[in-house]
Amino acid sequence: MIELRDVQVTAWTPDPDGRERVVRLLGPVSLTLGEHRVAVVGANGSGKSTLARLLNGLVLPSAGTVTVDGLDTATRGADVRRRVGFVFTDPDAQVVMPTPLEDVALSLRRLGLDDAEREARARDALGRFGLGALADVPVAALSAGQRQLLAIAAVLATEPDVLVADEPTTLLDLGWRAHVDRLLASLPQQVVLVTHDLDAAVRAERLLVVDDGLVAYDGEPAPGIARYRDLVARRHEELLP
Amino acid sequence: MRRRRPGPARPLWNPLGLHRPGTGPLHRAPAGAKLAALLVLGLVLVLHSGLVLPVVALGVVVAAAASARMPPRRTAHGLLPVLVTAALVGGYQWWARGWQVGAEVATELVTLVLAASVVTATTRADALLDLVARLARPLRHVGLRPEVVALSLGLMLRAVPVLLASSAEARDAARARGLERSPRAVLVPAAVRMVGHGYRTGEALAARGIVD
Repeated sequence: MIELRDVQVTAWTPDPDGRERVVRLLGPVSLTLGEHRVAVVGANGSGKSTLARLLNGLVLPSAGTVTVDGLDTATRGADVRRRVGFVFTDPDAQVVMPTPLEDVALSLRRLGLDDAEREARARDALGRFGLGALADVPVAALSAGQRQLLAIAAVLATEPDVLVADEPTTLLDLGWRAHVDRLLASLPQQVVLVTHDLDAAVRAERLLVVDDGLVAYDGEPAPGIARYRDLVARRHEELLP
Repeated sequence: MRRRRPGPARPLWNPLGLHRPGTGPLHRAPAGAKLAALLVLGLVLVLHSGLVLPVVALGVVVAAAASARMPPRRTAHGLLPVLVTAALVGGYQWWARGWQVGAEVATELVTLVLAASVVTATTRADALLDLVARLARPLRHVGLRPEVVALSLGLMLRAVPVLLASSAEARDAARARGLERSPRAVLVPAAVRMVGHGYRTGEALAARGIVD
């Protein structure tokens, strides 16, 4: 169970005149996320990625608390990250080893397994995601979709309870997008999916619409998406001369 | 004169940092022994003067690369920047100190880089990380975590192809804008991309709990 209590995230930002001021990136937000599938949508810069990063302690709240199964992300970050895996938009930033096998094995190092078991579990994890035959090829030779699958496999190899995915399909073509969507939908873990893909968002059990750092909608996906479309249309009209 | 048709595009390939699975004696040798041999080779080549030893060492390393089944053309392609550097450095030494010194310096450089490539091709990054983590244990006393030191090495190996790819993208972007003659149009975006990549990689490592 993920709980956010009166959470705010603020940051220093430079003014055009060179001075710095504090801006609010997110909040105040209070949420309890217990559903198996939660989708988060919002415009670029709305604060949805900040919200996602709060969930495994990548971003710490400036005020309020974020807890996962009762563990505070500010004081028990390492324990929280064992429970909450995180997948980024760009797999190239996430995959750090030269081959898929080595990258998944890197994730498993913190479990304290011996070499043989680490390799066996890494091969098993890759096999489950259809990457078994590519375990030893250079990561650079994989397609974007295969690299994203690898990033997901490397995170899930340690069997976290929750997976937070921040726009995992944004850089993928239609085929890979559908493949990754199906894969995320089939996982036994709780999944918090930040996405611009409204087809994927509508399949969630609960939808959060983030707008200007606040949760503008929280509830059933279908009405939430209609609300989000209204918001986008209004913002677009404001931008037009 | 007929222009040669360009062949199929080759992906950027870096011989350093890429493990090639295999079962030969070099693959089975412990990572520590291979690194120690590399260290000894480096010391001997640097301390010894004369052309015979570097040439013999190069022959041995080429034989080792062949026994590790490293693809000759791709390895040579990956070593091209090193060969160019060796030619430039060797050429300068030839001019300054004579042809023997020039040939010696160039041969030593190629030998050592190829030997390092053989080590990484026959050793899984995971095994290298284990070894470096073990070697770095004493650093715990000065506040450095061995696992982090080992990971830094792994990231360094991974950074080489990423750096090559970033530079190629920046060069293509500059060419598309007609700025291929401007070093600034290539170097600045490449540097910015690398810094951005470093930042995102750090964030991803933190998210994976690898440095906790």
